[in-house]
Amino acid sequence: MAKHLQRELDKLKKTILTLGAMVEERVRMAVQAVENRDEALAQRVVQADHDIDVMEVEVEEECLKLLALYQPVAVDLRFIVAVIKINNELESIADQAVNIAERVITIARRPPFDQAVFDFSRMAEKAQAMLKKSLDALVNLDVDLAFKVMLLDDEVDELRNEAYDRIKQVMAANPDRLGLLINMLLISRHLERLADYTTNIAEEVIYLIEGEIVRHGEIC
Amino acid sequence: MNIRNQSTTIMAPESEVLYKMQAKDLSFFYNGSQALHTIHLAFLPRQVVALIGPSGCGKSTFLRCLNRMNDLIPNTRATGELLLDGRNIYSPQVDVVNLRSRIGMVFQKPNPFPKSIFENVAYGLRVKGIKDKGRIVERVEKTLQQAALWEEVKDRLHDSALGLSGGQQQRLCIARALAVEPEVLLMDEPCSALDPIATQKIEELIHELKDQYTIIIVTHNMQQAARVSAMTAFFYMGRLIEVEETDTLFTRPRLKQTEDYITGRFG
Repeated sequence: MAKHLQRELDKLKKTILTLGAMVEERVRMAVQAVENRDEALAQRVVQADHDIDVMEVEVEEECLKLLALYQPVAVDLRFIVAVIKINNELESIADQAVNIAERVITIARRPPFDQAVFDFSRMAEKAQAMLKKSLDALVNLDVDLAFKVMLLDDEVDELRNEAYDRIKQVMAANPDRLGLLINMLLISRHLERLADYTTNIAEEVIYLIEGEIVRHGEIC
Repeated sequence: MNIRNQSTTIMAPESEVLYKMQAKDLSFFYNGSQALHTIHLAFLPRQVVALIGPSGCGKSTFLRCLNRMNDLIPNTRATGELLLDGRNIYSPQVDVVNLRSRIGMVFQKPNPFPKSIFENVAYGLRVKGIKDKGRIVERVEKTLQQAALWEEVKDRLHDSALGLSGGQQQRLCIARALAVEPEVLLMDEPCSALDPIATQKIEELIHELKDQYTIIIVTHNMQQAARVSAMTAFFYMGRLIEVEETDTLFTRPRLKQTEDYITGRFG
């Protein structure tokens, strides 16, 4: 029975990593759409979300099946529980990519702003790096890398605050462009939420490896 | 933590009194071959402890040491100490019959006597010298109720016990063990010959009984150990490898060896 379970767990790992790769791609597309005001690319992100939703349901059903059939314990149990949660987080990250894409669509339909408001590239790079690191931590069961992701979250929060201050300033000077600026503010909010979800993935990886729940700031 | 692997934990001597039973440096030999190696394990009163491990790991041998059932096997020898309420049960002054009435045992296969249901439970009382019929009747009823069997057998107490189903027979054996009011109940894979429904009844019964008795159960069924016990001890090749609170042992065992066993990656 252990061999069967091991085979199923290997399969589950591959599936969750495939989902991870799909979500990474959606985020990359959404970020690129922001940088290039690319409405067509943003539309593709919105339309492709259905695939992620379908896969999320498949992963969850697979996990429930394994729990019912094998009643796993110890590391196997922790792995399946971690996958159930990481699966949710990945789906939420994909939703944030969709949210960003929707903002891009709105922005792209408005006249461009004649001055630089906020450069999202640094924030986007960090959020993407967090997502990549959290998935690498899962693949390699690397607890140190998972902890690094949690620390990076503070940097993204800092950039979100910078975006808020800057956009507020531009709003005060340009009250006629509030619609566009609110959409830009929302992009920073979505990137920050996206980073939060990657932190949750990292926390699940730590639980998987160490058996300790580190949510709600219970690290250190 | 209530029960400790003393090789990793230092305990104050006065705390020993708290334990219902305690093995200290217990080793056991069959014909000179060592089956148990210096086991340190202690049991708190009114707690269920599960002993797990692969076949031949010594868990049943250890269980049978706890009421000196191994005395019945020739050419065996135990060294070290096994304390019941702080007194060594292997000391020469101990009356083994009396000891076994304090430490009852239920076996893998239900083994009722080929007598009536009533007589199965009354037997131990008579051996104990109780002659008062009224008292025996009262005690039989009470014990059958305790073993969650009364409702099913109250109208046929004088039918043969061998006519009961496997699950009922096993509960009858539990009632027989409980009749003499033991303090400790040893169970050697009590559900391995039972179907899932009978198993569930025995597990519920264990849950009820733990308020009154110290229960030590050997099981090959990992989920059962996880369900019924507060503490789990993992044995391997005659040694106690790890003892932990059951919740912890089944979610994050301390040792790789334990994890390999409970996740089925053994060998």
